[in-house]
Amino acid sequence: MQVTDFIREERLPFVWCPGCGNGTVLKATLTAIANLNLTQNDVIFASGIGCSSRTPMYTKFDNIHSLHGRAIPLATGIKLMQPDKKVIVMTGDGDALAIGGNHLIHAARRNVDLTVIIFNNSIYGMTGGQVSPLTPQGKRGTTAPFGNIEDAFDVVELVKGAGATYVARTGTYFFAQTVKYIKNGIMHNGFSVIEVITQCPVYYGRSNKVASPGEMLIWQKENLISIEKAKDLSKDELSDKVIIGEFVNIEKESYFDKRKKLLERLNKK
Amino acid sequence: MIKELWQGSEACAYGAIKAGLSFFAGYPITPSTEIAENLSALLPKLNRVFIQMEDEIGSIVAIIGASLAGAKAMTATSGPGFSLMQEGIGYACMVEAPIVICNVMRGGPSTGLPTKIAQGDVMQSRWGPHGDHSIIVLSPESVKDMYYFTIKAFNLAERFRNPVILLADEVVAHMREKMEIDEGEVIEIVNRKKPIKSEGYLTYGNLEDEVPIMANLGDGFGTSITGLIHKEDGFQTADFEFARELVQRICRKIEKHKKELFEYEVLNGDAETLFVAYGAVSRTIKEIIRDDNRFGLLRFKTLFPFDEEAVINLTRKAKRVIVVELNLGQVYYEVKRAICGIKPVYLISKVGGELITPDEVIKQTEEIINASN
Repeated sequence: MQVTDFIREERLPFVWCPGCGNGTVLKATLTAIANLNLTQNDVIFASGIGCSSRTPMYTKFDNIHSLHGRAIPLATGIKLMQPDKKVIVMTGDGDALAIGGNHLIHAARRNVDLTVIIFNNSIYGMTGGQVSPLTPQGKRGTTAPFGNIEDAFDVVELVKGAGATYVARTGTYFFAQTVKYIKNGIMHNGFSVIEVITQCPVYYGRSNKVASPGEMLIWQKENLISIEKAKDLSKDELSDKVIIGEFVNIEKESYFDKRKKLLERLNKK
Repeated sequence: MIKELWQGSEACAYGAIKAGLSFFAGYPITPSTEIAENLSALLPKLNRVFIQMEDEIGSIVAIIGASLAGAKAMTATSGPGFSLMQEGIGYACMVEAPIVICNVMRGGPSTGLPTKIAQGDVMQSRWGPHGDHSIIVLSPESVKDMYYFTIKAFNLAERFRNPVILLADEVVAHMREKMEIDEGEVIEIVNRKKPIKSEGYLTYGNLEDEVPIMANLGDGFGTSITGLIHKEDGFQTADFEFARELVQRICRKIEKHKKELFEYEVLNGDAETLFVAYGAVSRTIKEIIRDDNRFGLLRFKTLFPFDEEAVINLTRKAKRVIVVELNLGQVYYEVKRAICGIKPVYLISKVGGELITPDEVIKQTEEIINASN
């Protein structure tokens, strides 16, 4: 199978604006699925609300577009009933970190075997450019016209602290790496989080005067640096950089493994 | 024959298992916690899922996910927890997910009276989620009802692919009564219909009695679900005709069966003064009727869908109708809506966390009768 086999062409064109990075994440995800030789029977997509959460409905896979922030508990219910399927959550920075933040950390703590792809465009796109918990301090949005005074979450540190067993970060500029991390996440037994930094030239760009998708991708190229490279840089040099790479990849019993053990113990008696 | 002393919450748990419950998600909250506690001990032994979620929002959404992936799924909650679930209940109505929610009512508003009885959630059960929708609400009065109504709730959820609310109250959930169950008793168990082949399958394309025959998420049929207004293939649309038809259908599929769904019990139906009650309060009224045949009872087993015509017919012989409930008037206004202008409807209400006693009802009833004579 190849990527185009997985697309529901009758649903095109995409809802996204010209220059949006979401299509790149979709292609990377479908490439990962194709590379793993998974079929329509193997994967279920769940999503919340927002631009990124529209992604699964363009695929032929079983998919469910749910409520704002609720994709992860929804996917938890699905996964427990369909443990043999790969359940992939597509979510955005507002969906996963603001309204869905509680669900995110608890799913990480339980180590539910889900693959969560967080599209980080640093803004609420669907509602027209409001600041999110991943909007960097000082950047602007339609609800922070004088600049955002709040600190952003570091997704990697957050989910790592909460117990996620696979954590990676990359950007849409790094397509091959995005495919690789999504593949690793899908194959990982446990809670996997892949943060993909994407460009939103229309809403984030308009508020922050970088309205060219090309310019935003070049920013990624210059400012997203690998864990290895970051080791040689001083704190000052790192201050405006974003570190990308695989941060966590550990073997640990998933929620389902632990449940299976419990059932075995109970049935022995 | 099983003869045991059961608590209402226990009966709910056993009923759910009898109905085929395979997935329970919940969050602790008084006075519904015992349902979760019972199921946490019962379900793993049956190789079925119990999960305690991070909150009530996670709980309702997890059961929706599980249901759409093939489970018979349920949650139980109370008070503020039920408020938190409204978003998910509306979503389940829209995507047509069969789920059961047991709401054990406690005193409100807000955190109110966690350990005390109230019946203040009737209208929230009917109209909690935003937007037009239909829902089935059942009202148990005993431990026995908790068992059989839970089974019925699952059967109706499966048949209509819709949330069903078992609207219990603190007294019914916490009281213990003798339960007699004939193990040989044949209980009808309804399972949702499933499509046979994936060719030509559209998520909402095949309706039977206006209920879609949907594949499970995971069947690989290409099921596509959204809470947005959607077409037959499950894809979103803002088209006026689709939107109008979808909203009307998800209401109509239930409302058109309201004659059948609206269940009740009548005692002394010819009495001049007919009480209307539901839940634990009907026990108070039964106590009165036992010693005094001047009074009758119309007990609602189903609160919604509400059959106005049935209420008109059932109250025909009464001179006056008195609704007794533990709120400041909720079912009262439904009854009034049905028989307004036909005969007088009165309300005896009690709030504050105590069950109403027969003496209190009789005293207030006499005042009503004297004032109207």
